[in-house]
Amino acid sequence: MTDTPAPRHIPDRLDKPLNSAIFSWEALLVAVAVAIFAVNSFASPYFLDAWSLSDLTFNFTEKALIALAMALLIISGEIDLSVAAIIALASTMMGMAVQAGAGTPVLVAIGILVGLGCGAFNGLLVTRLGLPSIVVTIGTMSLFRGIAFIVLGDQAYKGYPPSFAFFGQGYVWWVVSFELTLFLVAAVIYWFVLHRTSFGRRVFAIGNNPVAAQFSGVRVDRIKFILFCLTGLMAGIASVLITSRLGSTRPSIAQGYELEVITMVVLGGVSILGGAGSVVGVVLAALIMGLVTFGLGLLNVPGIVMSIFIGLLLIIVIALPIIWRRVRRERFT
Amino acid sequence: MKALLKYREVWLLVAIVVLIGLISMRFPGFANPANLRQVFNDTSILMILALGQMVVILTRSIDLSMASNLCITGMVVAMLNAAHPTIPIPLLIVIALLVGLVLGAINGLLVWRLNIPSIVVTLGTLTIYRGATFVISGGAWVNADQMSPDFIGLQRAAFLGIPVLSWIAILVNALFFLLMTRTALGRSIYAIGVNPTASVYAGIDVGRTKFIVFCISGMIGGLCGYLWISRYVIASVEVANGYELNIIAACVIGGISIAGGIGSVGGAVLGALFLGIISNALPVINISPFWQMAISGSAIILAVVLNARGERRQGRIILKKAEAA
Repeated sequence: MTDTPAPRHIPDRLDKPLNSAIFSWEALLVAVAVAIFAVNSFASPYFLDAWSLSDLTFNFTEKALIALAMALLIISGEIDLSVAAIIALASTMMGMAVQAGAGTPVLVAIGILVGLGCGAFNGLLVTRLGLPSIVVTIGTMSLFRGIAFIVLGDQAYKGYPPSFAFFGQGYVWWVVSFELTLFLVAAVIYWFVLHRTSFGRRVFAIGNNPVAAQFSGVRVDRIKFILFCLTGLMAGIASVLITSRLGSTRPSIAQGYELEVITMVVLGGVSILGGAGSVVGVVLAALIMGLVTFGLGLLNVPGIVMSIFIGLLLIIVIALPIIWRRVRRERFT
Repeated sequence: MKALLKYREVWLLVAIVVLIGLISMRFPGFANPANLRQVFNDTSILMILALGQMVVILTRSIDLSMASNLCITGMVVAMLNAAHPTIPIPLLIVIALLVGLVLGAINGLLVWRLNIPSIVVTLGTLTIYRGATFVISGGAWVNADQMSPDFIGLQRAAFLGIPVLSWIAILVNALFFLLMTRTALGRSIYAIGVNPTASVYAGIDVGRTKFIVFCISGMIGGLCGYLWISRYVIASVEVANGYELNIIAACVIGGISIAGGIGSVGGAVLGALFLGIISNALPVINISPFWQMAISGSAIILAVVLNARGERRQGRIILKKAEAA
């Protein structure tokens, strides 16, 4: 985003379709996912079990929901670092509503609306005032979580109604959780919007060249505003799920999620400079991160050590194709 | 006078004086020199870190791994000190600088040689460095009673009535001022931020310069690793968790443009002082420290809004947009 884009290498002819399918980012991610899955199955006897695999999905569904919207936002050339803070603020507001005696439908509405409102606030600052989104959302990140701290201090909200627990703990059918179902439905919707509608094409156009997009009649600011709202909305939904799963709200809830969500998006093949990426890649990246953390968890590896693997995975998966392309180019020129 | 008012730094200085004035109305003792010296000392580490981050941001890059670098370097020197209390402190500081340099060089190499965007590289190393801290320490803490008196005492020793920590901050300030205003490297850093393509034609090696700025921010992270641990006398995996964003916040408030090329040493220092004054003032004027996060968040947003206005008036934003496209 703030970096200069690398000069583009334009090949003499396009790759053959089969070639491009094999060497696509998604194929690489599938290979990585299968490999980790296989290693996990060998490493722990507890891994290949329907309920284990079901538990696994809880590791990533909440963050992955946000990653879907974040992917679109990053493709358009913007970023939102405030998503974890939005979760904290939305959760705090839900906690306040519980103290006032609100029922489950009202709680869900509050969580989603607060998320949407925060996203709209980010979007207004970025599009109306023309500010760089990375700085704006560093600011709103402190502001949103700061409000949660002002309201809660070192206290916690508890006492959510029993029916509220369904969203984060309930199962739709056998081992398929509500969270997973929601994520899959959302993934299909986002895939359709990004890859099959004119809105999606506009998002790519903005990311590749905002000025050209503007002159082509794309309402750049309006679409960016919508994307910020969507990201806030997804953070609001994630807040409902997390609050429901944990059954309590602390101001430090979901701390550091923003970087994990962005890691997911980048690992999914979305260019941080904007203009390229796919929903399938993001879904696969979410699955990979879930597999890594869960597999290592079964082996009693502490969470902080897992983060080394995630970090290495991020850098290696991005560095490998660059090195590979360079080697190939040197051979042909 | 009018020429003076054009500088962002002057406005920030005015804001800081007004802020101190407002605080003094609630708590008269705040503005006396002894207390202000204390505030400066408390802010020294953030100030040094902000300078390291500044050179990176000026080249249109970002270093998210500084706080993790600080954490692991701090752990290394603390463990060395606990195991071998006889190692002289100056040598430990050199070790901290070297460890930081190596970690920064890793970031720099990935950005330079592989052309991976810095935000991605440092997002990765952010988690790797902090995770590595856990691996080398086994999750254990190094406590005050395991550190030698010199290790803890050095930065607290007074020289001409001012603690050594403050002197280090002043020294680093001076070095960065010379670097940015009196050396070819400093000019190259600005040039790259303003227009990387033109810099290439001017004969500046953009990749190598970016490598150097990451080495600088790494060394600063390493130095602050020692300073942080000896100040708060505990080394753990949680040290400075999430602090990378505070550092960037100080830069942003100080008027350093995230789009590169605009910013100054004075701005970074004042930005850090602004945050330092707020965090020092809240307890004495009886505002719950839980307000601090929201206040600094609002300050960041306000600073960005004001800075964007200042930049737009210069008419260069059009060029920048066309170039970004």
